[in-house]
Amino acid sequence: MPYRVVWAALLAPALALAQAIPPSTEARLDNLEAAVKSAQSAGDNSWMLVSAALVLMMTGPGLALFYGGLVRRKNVLSTMMHSFILMAIVTVVWAIAGYSLAFGEGLPFLGDLRYLFLNNVGAAPNPDYAATIPQQTYMIYQLMFAIITPALISGAFAERMKFSAMLLFSVLWLFIVYVPLAHMVWGKGGLLNAFSGGRIPCFDFAGGTVVHVSSGVSALVCALYLGKRKGFGSDQMKPHSLVLSVIGACLLWVGWFGFNAGSALAASPLAASAFVATHFAAAAATLGWLLVEWLHNGKPSVLGAISGAVAGLVAITPASGFVKPFPAMLIGFVAGMVCFFMVTVVKSKFGYDDALDAFGVHGIGGSVGALLTGVFATMAVNDGLKNSAGKSLPLGLIDGQPGQVLNQVIGVAISWGLAIVGTLVVLKICDALIGVRASPEQELEGLDVSMHGEEGYNLET
Amino acid sequence: MKKIEAIIQPHKLEDVKEALKGIGIDGMTISEVRGHGRQKGHKEVYRGMEYQVDLLPKVKIEMVVSDERSSEVIQTVVRSARTGKIGDGKVFVYDVAEAIRIRNDDRGDGAL
Repeated sequence: MPYRVVWAALLAPALALAQAIPPSTEARLDNLEAAVKSAQSAGDNSWMLVSAALVLMMTGPGLALFYGGLVRRKNVLSTMMHSFILMAIVTVVWAIAGYSLAFGEGLPFLGDLRYLFLNNVGAAPNPDYAATIPQQTYMIYQLMFAIITPALISGAFAERMKFSAMLLFSVLWLFIVYVPLAHMVWGKGGLLNAFSGGRIPCFDFAGGTVVHVSSGVSALVCALYLGKRKGFGSDQMKPHSLVLSVIGACLLWVGWFGFNAGSALAASPLAASAFVATHFAAAAATLGWLLVEWLHNGKPSVLGAISGAVAGLVAITPASGFVKPFPAMLIGFVAGMVCFFMVTVVKSKFGYDDALDAFGVHGIGGSVGALLTGVFATMAVNDGLKNSAGKSLPLGLIDGQPGQVLNQVIGVAISWGLAIVGTLVVLKICDALIGVRASPEQELEGLDVSMHGEEGYNLET
Repeated sequence: MKKIEAIIQPHKLEDVKEALKGIGIDGMTISEVRGHGRQKGHKEVYRGMEYQVDLLPKVKIEMVVSDERSSEVIQTVVRSARTGKIGDGKVFVYDVAEAIRIRNDDRGDGAL
């Protein structure tokens, strides 16, 4: 059998080589395990860093353009500045204490100071939150949410708040409303954290309550506290450039993939599911808003289309990691119609001046989404909730857990309550210290010139 | 000398310019203006806020011509700017006391 000889000749050096480097099976398994871990971490970490950048892009330029286009020409810079300056100031306070108070394990309502000045926040993962990415990645990703949330509120006080008051308000609001709420919903041991033994298990995948209900309801409080813009109801207050707003809305839509799919905290199938749900909800909400607007006003507006998309993105935020594509579309469609009703019929009936509809879109859209999450959340999408034996548990009404809807109601109610009380306290403090509203002369001149000494458009120069 | 001031629909400007060129008139001053006469504006709706927009964009043409040419110029403008719908605009004619060419101090018809 000559070929046997050939085989033996070929195998001999290979065997000799294997014997020359004789790692034990255990050592080789250890190496393999380390290699797999590092590969997974590389995949997850790259997706999470991209997601963090996408969420920052939602604030600037996304929200800056969206809001900037909706105001009058004389306030375009001040409105864009509301978003931009938060990218700077929230970052600093987040590093000092914000991250620690939100995500340090502490009380059910607030974190502790273990991560003060980013102490111990480094390359090592924090397995309480995301076991495969550096804690630094998790920290910077969460920072981007803390930036956009107060920026969303600025839609309510646009065109009439003093810049200094806006800065003070945003920092105080972050610590009094955002940080406690983020801790309750996402922090280890938080009161509402369903995945970390919270007393009231609430599902909020990417911030329907923490970001949108909190900012939207706070926006309503700001609009009522500051009062209407001068000339509201008599002067023309048309958006000065819907072109900017359309570009901004498109950037928000894209950025939202980082917001929702990134909230899987890994480049996982769950991230893909959240990505799909997010996109479908935005599409359905655009059509929902436009449909009722067309029937109601006789014309389908571009502003309606982009507002509908944002409303759908808001509503799917808490549900994105829990629902299948068609329930996602239903959530978006309902949110598009409800938010249209809020910003047209309800707002004009009550007469409050929520200048850019932060409440109508984010407060209401977020609440609708959070409640419907309790209906459509399913273990078929998210098997993260496990009993002590490690078995996945059913989630929402369609899984046969009607009680979850009540949990969601309580979660939303707590968010509303904290936002109302916290925002009122913060506004009172700001008003007493420096006054919140621009003078009538400053408002008439426009905040661009009166607050910043600039104009947005110097086309003749 | 007469000053002819025509306020017309912006989209008729090219037609009017061409027609005036056809009769040998190529000096004129154009400005973009806003206004309305009997034409009603339109309604715009932004998230339920309704605005009546009644100052509409128009183009104002101003030119000064000799007395002899004025009726021909007026006819040409009216004919070329007309669509037959409300909002076509108006022509106003004024007497001009003097015209001076800045470059060389020419006076009267010679300065036109």
